Amino acid sequence: MSEKHDVSGVPTTGHVWDGDLADFTNQPPKWWMLGLAASAVWVVVYWLYYPSIPVSTMGEHFKGFGGWTAIKEMEADKGAVDAVRGKFEAKLKDMTPAAILADSELTEYVKRSGKVLFGDNCAACHGQNGVGVHDKDGLFAPILNDDDWLYGGKIDNIHESIAGGRQSMMPAQKDLLSAAEIDTLANAVAKGQPLSTPLFAGKGCIACHGEDGKGMEAVGSANLTDKVWRFDSSVEGIKRTITYGVNSGDPMGRVAVMPSFKEAGKLSDAEIKKLAVYVYKFGGGKADAPAASVEAPGNKSGK
Amino acid sequence: MDQEIEKNKAGNVTVIYQEFESWSVNKGDVTIHAKRMPGFFRTVKNCTESLWLLFFLVPYLRWNGKQAILFDIENRQFHFFDLTVLPQDIWMLSLLLLLLAMGLFAVTSVASRVFCGYFCFQSSWTDWFAWIEDKIEGPPAARRKLDTAPWSPEKLRKRTLKHAIWMAIALLTGISFSIWFVDAYQYWDDLLHLRLPLVGWVVLIMFFFGTYILAGMLREQVCMWMCPYARIQGVMTDSQTILPTYDFRRGEPRGKLHRGAEAAEGKPGDCIDCFQCVQVCPTGVDIRNGQQLGCITCGLCLDACDSIMDKIGRPRGLIRYASLDELDGKPAKKMYQHPRTLVYVGIILAALGGIVYGLTHLGSMTLKVLPERQPLFVRLSDGSIQNKYEFKVLNKTDKDVLVAVTASGGVKGQVMIGAGKPLLAHHGRGVSFTIFVKAPGENISQEVMPIRFRIQGVDNPDMAAEYETMFNGPKP
Repeated sequence: MSEKHDVSGVPTTGHVWDGDLADFTNQPPKWWMLGLAASAVWVVVYWLYYPSIPVSTMGEHFKGFGGWTAIKEMEADKGAVDAVRGKFEAKLKDMTPAAILADSELTEYVKRSGKVLFGDNCAACHGQNGVGVHDKDGLFAPILNDDDWLYGGKIDNIHESIAGGRQSMMPAQKDLLSAAEIDTLANAVAKGQPLSTPLFAGKGCIACHGEDGKGMEAVGSANLTDKVWRFDSSVEGIKRTITYGVNSGDPMGRVAVMPSFKEAGKLSDAEIKKLAVYVYKFGGGKADAPAASVEAPGNKSGK
Repeated sequence: MDQEIEKNKAGNVTVIYQEFESWSVNKGDVTIHAKRMPGFFRTVKNCTESLWLLFFLVPYLRWNGKQAILFDIENRQFHFFDLTVLPQDIWMLSLLLLLLAMGLFAVTSVASRVFCGYFCFQSSWTDWFAWIEDKIEGPPAARRKLDTAPWSPEKLRKRTLKHAIWMAIALLTGISFSIWFVDAYQYWDDLLHLRLPLVGWVVLIMFFFGTYILAGMLREQVCMWMCPYARIQGVMTDSQTILPTYDFRRGEPRGKLHRGAEAAEGKPGDCIDCFQCVQVCPTGVDIRNGQQLGCITCGLCLDACDSIMDKIGRPRGLIRYASLDELDGKPAKKMYQHPRTLVYVGIILAALGGIVYGLTHLGSMTLKVLPERQPLFVRLSDGSIQNKYEFKVLNKTDKDVLVAVTASGGVKGQVMIGAGKPLLAHHGRGVSFTIFVKAPGENISQEVMPIRFRIQGVDNPDMAAEYETMFNGPKP
């Protein structure tokens, strides 16, 4: 319904309030209307280009003429990331972990890109950034950023540990030693002075832990004289370790198993190398030679 | 008087409709073909608009083999002759923006929309486009005729030429904008070989169409219906602001000039209703209706009116820069009696002070040290406590520098690991180093101890930066 206003002569909507109030039906500016039309066209184009109809018929949905999918977009984005990483990855593929470590640019790349790899594969046991994970029995998996290594802290040792896994064994002593002997040994070890009791040599502890009590990297036995503890530093905790052993099969024994990541087949050789460098760079890695050392000279042995 | 009586007769509500009859809105239905006239304000406008030549030319300026002024977004650097500003110092940009905004406000509060009339890119580009139109298609009357004329070879020729030149300017505008952000000569090379990056093409196309459509087609419609600054500036004027004003006391009642009879009848007003002020207006307003939205205060109507006043032997200034106070016969206040302007000037000075401070205290190197948070500290096998720090060094000079790291504070007997030999700080970008600090466990007296790191150039000790952070340890 449209009629002209009696005074202005402009068409109105036809509704009249209070006797003489009416709405003009003036057109908006032309460019504005063109914009409206253009956006209507845009909507149609957009709907046809993208998969935009949220109804499926016969198990099929409208896929849009542009062929866009979220997966493709993600792949393209991933391609962009891979393009940046590609040159580093290609380079380190054929290098030894030690050579990667010697190349400061590659080391920097590994430090920055290794976080996800570590988080996905290592952090479950070793904690984010290798801080170690404690459970009710003590330390569940070793801290990786200190300088104490059961199997050696050189880059090749670390690489070997990740690739091949580690599992050592300490037999349960409950049938071999009396409670009093275990108590004496535990107290001596807790003080960091295992040699203070003749039992240490007499009962054969030195076979694995060494005559000086500093452990042997070859068998992964702990250094009993330093300040870093594999499981628990309390006398009670040490007693338990001695009594029931480690990986001894005893239900009360401690369990310490590092799986082989090469055998598991989950990680590529390059990824294992990257992880070795990443872990080395936490701060505890040990230099091969006395050369350009990142570590002050100090304790050289594992636990 | 007649109007008054009619209004009363019609009743107050109906008055609205009556006013509506004479209220014209420029919706762009009719193209405005403004007449071009020489004059003082025309000259001023030409001069101020020609400042935009800098926009086209400055990017080609070289300085020490590099582009003198370059907003290098890709490498996150801003080059201004010898000065390089990195993103860390970009806070000065916000002060600069504040300065420009307050400059705009201050000028507006003193002399209304000076920016719109004399500097604005929309006004300027529209002015040039209209000038080209004028040169090709002739004066306004010829243009109006051409608009309605049927298509003919002549019309086709004129239109093609006009649009081609417009497009060329639009293209040049896009190119000129782009080369403020990438190397100008490299850009031309890439453009001519059609190998610009995608973002380059998008910017160029957007600017091409933006310029062509806004300056060629929409023109004053942009100022009236799209531009927020037009509206913002409109409300920044007050009764003390000078703006192009029609002196209605002198001009009214307006009427045609009757030669010879004038003396006998005694023509009361100076306005002879010649419509020159309307014809020259680029936005098509009638300044005699008072200050209004469409007026960009370009002063062209002042030129037009003055030229007519000269011809009919009347004093100039029927339309002139005047404040509303002046027009109302109130005494004109002094500039310092305008507190709003003083506030703007105060803010301008503060921002300027900030920028000057920033530029004189840029420094040549910055240091940030981020202590590792997970873990806060590591106990080593000899019982000592080790902290890990990420050093972020930014070398702002244009050459690589070797720096030595030292620490003060912290724990007695601490040893720094990883700082044995000087570290290389690349120029123009941030580099990071990992540095460990190891301290004997028995010397740790509290959980958190302040430690202060200092880096210093090995060859140039003037370059130094310090950062204070924490050394974390276990509860003693």
